[in-house]
Amino acid sequence: MLLGISILLICQLCGEVLVRLLNFPVPGPVVGMVLLLIVLIIKGSVPKSVQTVGDALLNNIALLYVPAGVGLMEHFKLISKGWLVISIALVVSTIVTMAVTAIVLKFLTEHHVDKEKPYD
Amino acid sequence: MTNPPADLSSLWVYLAASPLLSLTVTLVTFQCCVWLNKKLGKSALFHPVLLSMAMLITFLKVANISYDTYFKGAQFVHFLLGTATVALAIPLYHHLDWVKRMFFPIIIACFTGATTAALSAIGVGVWMGASRETIMSLAPKSVTSPIAMGISEKIGGLPALTAGLVLITGAIGCLIAAPLYRLLNIRHDSVKGFALGLSAHGFGTAYAFDISQLAGAFAGLAIGLTGIVSAFLLPLLIKSLGI
Repeated sequence: MLLGISILLICQLCGEVLVRLLNFPVPGPVVGMVLLLIVLIIKGSVPKSVQTVGDALLNNIALLYVPAGVGLMEHFKLISKGWLVISIALVVSTIVTMAVTAIVLKFLTEHHVDKEKPYD
Repeated sequence: MTNPPADLSSLWVYLAASPLLSLTVTLVTFQCCVWLNKKLGKSALFHPVLLSMAMLITFLKVANISYDTYFKGAQFVHFLLGTATVALAIPLYHHLDWVKRMFFPIIIACFTGATTAALSAIGVGVWMGASRETIMSLAPKSVTSPIAMGISEKIGGLPALTAGLVLITGAIGCLIAAPLYRLLNIRHDSVKGFALGLSAHGFGTAYAFDISQLAGAFAGLAIGLTGIVSAFLLPLLIKSLGI
């Protein structure tokens, strides 16, 4: 448990340090995720303690977005200025983006990758 | 003799300013919302995150507590978001076979998706005659907020506005995913997760974990990839469009 959280925090810390040293336009935790993935690949398995802590975090990941989500209240004034354009742009763009991404990935994987057993 | 109302109000002054209240309210509200969501048949419209946001914002407005004060308590939950992002490597590792098999399709889908996200937002903005500032704040709206705010600043948007738009985009993504996938006959969890993470970043990832671990893993992958690709691609795209 403590070992698991330490490993995750070390990866996060290294991620933050790397991002600042290399002036990377990516958040530290994303680099931390890549670092942990590399560690897991080298080790060839997920240590039990890391799995336990990871499960606890990822099973509740929705909760972790709530504080940031409540921050929306800070932006009401700015958003309300152009609310009509903004709402239409957001709805249309999100639908189109999700549809295009899903269709492209579905099309490419159906034709190239998994001929054996594409969908179960 | 002190009168009770005065005591109560001083108690309230203490509570409203203490991190303990906002932390407790956040956890309790979220659990109530999970329960409520189950009762309502797990409808995406009442996703626990959206429901909690609405309830907590209403509570803070009514109780006249500022977001800064609220965040003093909620930051303990917020901090774990970074650690959870690191932990996304775990499901990704377990599903590495899928990632390897789908490597090139994933890269192509990421570039197409990131370009579509920016172009469609810019397109609607230009078409409806929005100000340049609004359009530039809209462009990075599908990217995870720390990256999105950086991009917004670089291309001449308002980072604070972008932060708000990113949140709403996440909410919209959760609402439309299920009907859209049904309509387009998207059945594979990896595709569902990747498209959710690409278009609706973290909220989409939380939603993808409700579908399955595989979907969650691919959503996490999409957040990272889209963030990196957009950070480089968007400024170039804006320049070549000449807006």
